[in-house]
Amino acid sequence: MTLLPFTLAGERLVLDGRGAVLWPDHGLLIVADLHLEKGQALAAGGRLLPPYDTRATLDRLVGLLNDHRPEHLLSLGDGFHRRHGYLGLAAEDRAQLDAIAGVCRWTWLAGNHDPEAPPGHGEAAPSPMTVGALTLRHEPSTGVALGELAGHLHPKAVVRVRGRRVARPCFVTDGQRLLLPALGAFTGGLEVWDEAIAGLFRGPFEAILCGRDGRLRRLPAHRLEGAPRRARSRTVL
Amino acid sequence: MNAVLPQRFGDWFTGRGWSLRPHQAAVLEAAADGVSALLIAPTGGGKTLAGFLPSLVELENGTDVACPHTLYLSPLKALATDIARNLETPIGEMGLSIRVETRTGDTPQNRRQRQRKHPPHLLLTTPESLALLLAYPDAESYFKGLRRVVLDELHALVPNKRGQLLGLGLARLRRLAPDVQLIGLSATVAEPERLRDWLAHPSKPARLIEAAGGAEPVIDVLIPGGHMPWSGHFAAYAAKDLYAAVRAHGVSLVFTNTRSQAELIFQMLWRLNDDNLPIALHHGSLEVDQRRRVEAAMARGSLRCVVCTSSLDLGIDWGDVDLVVQVGAPKGASRLLQRIGRANHRMDEPSKALLVPGNRFEVLECMAATEAIRNQALDGEVQHERCLDVLAQHLVGTACAGPFDAEAIYQEVAHAGGYKGLSRKDFDDVLSFVATGGYALGTYERYRRLVQDDDGRWRLADGRLTRAYRMNVGVIHDAPMLKVRLGRKVVGEVEELFAASLTPGDTFLFSGRVLVFEGIRETDMLCRLAKGGAEPKVPNYGGTRLPLSTNLATGVRGWLAHPERWAELPAPVREWLGLQAERSDLPGADELLVESFPRNGREFLVVYSFAGWNAHQTLGMLLTKRLERCGAGPLGFVGTDHALAVWSLRAVDDVDALFGVDILGDDLEEWMAESSLLKRTFRQVAVIAGLIERRRPGEEKTGRQMTVSSDLIYDVLRKHEPQHVLLRATRADAATGLLDVRRLADLLTSVRGRIRVRRLERVSPLAVPVMVSIGRESVYGAAMDDLLDEAAQELVSEAMGDPRAA
Repeated sequence: MTLLPFTLAGERLVLDGRGAVLWPDHGLLIVADLHLEKGQALAAGGRLLPPYDTRATLDRLVGLLNDHRPEHLLSLGDGFHRRHGYLGLAAEDRAQLDAIAGVCRWTWLAGNHDPEAPPGHGEAAPSPMTVGALTLRHEPSTGVALGELAGHLHPKAVVRVRGRRVARPCFVTDGQRLLLPALGAFTGGLEVWDEAIAGLFRGPFEAILCGRDGRLRRLPAHRLEGAPRRARSRTVL
Repeated sequence: MNAVLPQRFGDWFTGRGWSLRPHQAAVLEAAADGVSALLIAPTGGGKTLAGFLPSLVELENGTDVACPHTLYLSPLKALATDIARNLETPIGEMGLSIRVETRTGDTPQNRRQRQRKHPPHLLLTTPESLALLLAYPDAESYFKGLRRVVLDELHALVPNKRGQLLGLGLARLRRLAPDVQLIGLSATVAEPERLRDWLAHPSKPARLIEAAGGAEPVIDVLIPGGHMPWSGHFAAYAAKDLYAAVRAHGVSLVFTNTRSQAELIFQMLWRLNDDNLPIALHHGSLEVDQRRRVEAAMARGSLRCVVCTSSLDLGIDWGDVDLVVQVGAPKGASRLLQRIGRANHRMDEPSKALLVPGNRFEVLECMAATEAIRNQALDGEVQHERCLDVLAQHLVGTACAGPFDAEAIYQEVAHAGGYKGLSRKDFDDVLSFVATGGYALGTYERYRRLVQDDDGRWRLADGRLTRAYRMNVGVIHDAPMLKVRLGRKVVGEVEELFAASLTPGDTFLFSGRVLVFEGIRETDMLCRLAKGGAEPKVPNYGGTRLPLSTNLATGVRGWLAHPERWAELPAPVREWLGLQAERSDLPGADELLVESFPRNGREFLVVYSFAGWNAHQTLGMLLTKRLERCGAGPLGFVGTDHALAVWSLRAVDDVDALFGVDILGDDLEEWMAESSLLKRTFRQVAVIAGLIERRRPGEEKTGRQMTVSSDLIYDVLRKHEPQHVLLRATRADAATGLLDVRRLADLLTSVRGRIRVRRLERVSPLAVPVMVSIGRESVYGAAMDDLLDEAAQELVSEAMGDPRAA
């Protein structure tokens, strides 16, 4: 695991290599796009993917909580893959959710998939939300955005090294705005050079890649696959 | 003589100057006895006619049928079409009123519908189309009158997953038409009884009919004078002699092992082609129209030479091919024999073949292959058996046709070719997978795809499944392909992975020309012609790497172990082996020679395991892990078909211990879990089983569809339900497929206690071929994350503040 200090609009944050943001001054751990119960949602559509995605995602979350012991956990929207998604939770997963809600305050920012919080497991909050000098929101804004922290886009970076393509979820930032990778186990990614991401940045920007080894690596966007052509989107929110 | 033939047929044979061959008579006899048969005959033996004769005879007086009388199944759509055309001759000339039609993926919808309402007498199709026909609700009435199934090129189908699909389809047919008779047609195989048993059913034995072998082929190994390469497979050094051979023969077929090799050989021949001989190119990446044009020109006899890949391994007989050339390693005796069989002379005239080895080891391989064919020592095929993913697909198809009883279907499947001995537990697990996903965490009850009726029969819960089944039927793994576009013209297609590995400006050989890669747009790979004289990078665009067969590996070991026979070898090879004997050792026929030596500050281990490329990749990974554990600091490895080289910072003391059979235990498990090969295997299994849908070209365009990458599914499933039926299927595939674990296990077991370790001061002659391939392989050994470090490192000095300025 690596931790990378990161200053945004004068606020001192720490990026965790597993794809989360710590904000020690506010006791906050911020995660984006958990998409809990996505497997269940797909099963309803006829695709019987393994029903263990919620478990896998919560395991990641518990790992982060155990390491950082935040007072306050903030989900940056799309915590559940669909509205009322929590109704289908397996008993074990619900117990895990209970356990998390028992150790810290839990705020669920509204996302486009899930406008409400699961009853008994923290409180809902509308997006955007202001904390200190930062604006926390689900979907990034389109204008100039000093101090914006957003999710929704599931950014991933693709690097070509020695003929091999390596794709990893990543943070994306131009020093003013910080996009978080999706933490959910069944969440695909959108390449940073997709118009939806690259179009947000007027100037140069960089990707901070989350390796499978938990370490973070910074690469300027122009070093990534897909630059400067923008038609390489492949995935899926 | 023509006792079994009706008058009309006897006259027709006589009119053509033919007589009924013994094996054709034997097939007619089997048909009259009402038993199934496997006919094994070399090419040019009138095999296809033998398969159809019983049906033609039975239909002589033309009955109007409500169901097809005979089903013909071929591995290739094109072959079905050709056979349909070829059948017109006897049917027309004898004035039989027999209707023949083909049905493949290319058959237009209206013709398919007509075929279902008014079935032809003879329906020519593929295993996939059979599966689709069987999934119609009226399959039972459609097939209940079926009398016969003719299975062409059965040897090519049975060993792989298409054979599994076929076996299940035949079991279904047997249930619908209990008296149906199967006639399998096959080239010469190592174990004919095994293939016959595949066709048989406990209550329906099958007869084995072996045609007299044709004249033995005359095989030469081309050894040009002068230098003999140490490595590589392109045999460029032999171009002049190869061209001379082509010029000296009427019509030649030049087989290569890869598409890029075919491109290169084709280009080499054209550079030398002062006589302007009509030489053409044929491989699976070229546009279909272009391939058909080459085939037609060949059939007309207007070509002198076709350079091709396995794209021409099967298919119609060309007529007069005078010479078959194999460039590069033959890989297996059976494969070579089938290729040689493409020189379709009459059975009493020998086929003529020329082998062109690309390097020294390939010389030995060519010698071993020649010898194996002379001794009729063919390769035992590694067979896919009881594949659970294919069974899952079949159960969905069965449910599409109508409700079924699990016990009855289990009985049916457990007697199907390729599924004999299937356990009830495996069957039930697959059924449960189809119904609810089969997860221990039973949360998907309410999303069931199959439900049980009151009488216990299983039925589709959801019509959507039928559509998904029809869209995804089949087991052929199609890698996502991109069209190669030259201006407006599409000249062929290549694997997307290949295109993704190119940088704009890269050059490669395609369709006999040097192309410059410009970029990817949607499903097109945009290219332009390179300016004159540009040298292509000649990358290998896809295709699987076929490993050296075990049989041939034994042959190569035999040559190494018997110096008294080296007189037959060309001088450079003889000297090379002589030096090896002097400086190190020769690997004995039943032992494992391992050399260790220092070089450029690194420690090398070279293992002469002859287990084939796939198994060597696996062994390389495992040895690397072990070296890491004992602190040797491994740096990389490279494998060929014959040997494996591993290098590290420090030497190991106990080399023997590295090769314990327990290497296939935890280390293997641990590595397999993370292996991208296993993930790729899982993806194929998941697609076949219907867990995820096939990716179709152009689908990405729709962007935000609800797909989940198979890698993510694999990771989650492995962690939370490692014994899930799809993971079991994946591991079973890995044992024979890309990882070839079974072969590795056989090897390590057989050499136990017979590992000979030689410590040398420097690299040995025998090690040179594998050592010179170091650096050509990509970084299989390194973790992908390390590559990221490398990318980051390149940029260390670049100003992060303004990346675009760099």
